[in-house]
Amino acid sequence: MTTTADFDSTTRWERSPKIGLRPEPFGALAYHFDTRRLVFLKSNKLVDLVDGLANHDSADAAIEAIIEPVDDRSRSAHVKALASLAEAGVIEPLPAAPDIDFVG
Amino acid sequence: MTATQPAPPVPALVEQLTGGLDAPICLTWELTYACNLACVHCLSSSGRRDPKELTTAEAMSVVDQLADLQVFYVNIGGGEPMIRKDFFDIVDHAVDRHVGVKFSTNGYYIDKPAAERFAKSDLLDIQISLDGFDAKTNDAVRGEGSWEAARRAMDNLAEANFGEFKISIVATRHNFDQLDDYKKMADDYGAQLRVTRLRPSGRGVDSYHDLRLTHDQQYGIFRWIMDHPDVLTGDSFFHLNALGKDTGETLPGLNLCGAGRIVCLIDPIGDVYACPFVIHDEFKAGNVRDQGGFAQVWRHSELFAEMREPGSAGACASCNAYDACGGGCVAAKFFTGIDLNGPDPDCALGHADEAVAAAMGTAPKPSQDHSRPVRLTVKR
Repeated sequence: MTTTADFDSTTRWERSPKIGLRPEPFGALAYHFDTRRLVFLKSNKLVDLVDGLANHDSADAAIEAIIEPVDDRSRSAHVKALASLAEAGVIEPLPAAPDIDFVG
Repeated sequence: MTATQPAPPVPALVEQLTGGLDAPICLTWELTYACNLACVHCLSSSGRRDPKELTTAEAMSVVDQLADLQVFYVNIGGGEPMIRKDFFDIVDHAVDRHVGVKFSTNGYYIDKPAAERFAKSDLLDIQISLDGFDAKTNDAVRGEGSWEAARRAMDNLAEANFGEFKISIVATRHNFDQLDDYKKMADDYGAQLRVTRLRPSGRGVDSYHDLRLTHDQQYGIFRWIMDHPDVLTGDSFFHLNALGKDTGETLPGLNLCGAGRIVCLIDPIGDVYACPFVIHDEFKAGNVRDQGGFAQVWRHSELFAEMREPGSAGACASCNAYDACGGGCVAAKFFTGIDLNGPDPDCALGHADEAVAAAMGTAPKPSQDHSRPVRLTVKR
């Protein structure tokens, strides 16, 4: 678990619906249509992570599932990257996933 | 979290950007050469409409192509773009296709109904040109009555609750002392101030030497921009970064020449140029009417391939500020007649002063000129 300023990696996040994301050789360009800010996603893994955030209960879980290899170094680097993307509005908090318990 | 771990290696982004992207980040699209004004520094020497200008159908196709390429936004200009009868249709189509629009206007045609119409769109951004805080300073450059028209447009936008529009000024030696006044004006309107560099392009070839900032003012504007991080600059003053090399200060922005790499210009007749400041045959990459359209020009033109090659520091190689300024603006060098591998004519360290003086009168003329003929009236 890591908390960087306003970014809480233990909660659920999603890619903001207000951004356009364009694949580029270095990763992707993100453009926020409200703030008109341009943000660089500097690796393809980070792009996958941003796209996959909403499928996981927390940013930490998304990192565990998507980033390889996961070690202290890559964990902290990606939490830091997500924190700056949250600050830029590229990703936004999502309500926690509902607790669905199927009989099975 | 272990704070001592080094971050993973980050690709050299600037190198990737200068190597060119699959599509521009944004581009300038001048809709028409027609203009009701005749500003002395007009980049595109506008005035008269060109009979070969894109038709409505062709313009709509350009919008579709930009949307397909995921160009995030387009800077629409001219001439005066609102003179085109299909202006609103083109803008509406761009917004519908999720291509953001920022358009530059002198404000003459932003009456109350137009302001209300603009206020309804989320993806639309307006910048109104004003090159003097007072009418006297502005009208000397943009023509009589232009100050009043711009202020009326701003009032109409404010009244329509448009939100944060932009007030765009080209910094000259005559309005340099008014920057603080401008800032207050923008704040009073709830607008955003945008200050950009004067280029010697278009009719600016002739007015540049009378309007350009002095060396003292260059230092002054560098400091002023550093002190006002909320003021937009279109990344246009990166050549002044030489002034920050001793203090480690860098102006906000990407600080590189994006011509043909991350930006370009589509002119009213569909010609694609490396940037809005180099409307000249030497920097023409193709036309959107060519086979394959805009994408083909952007990705495969020989000119752009050449411009994406790493540049040579040329005459600047021995200067220890080259890494900070990158040699400056290609357009500014070209239209002052100095070597493209030499210093920017506005080199903040003064390294171009001799070359500029020597090249005086030899600068290439723009390849096209849509200026209205000067009407000579005989005084009786």
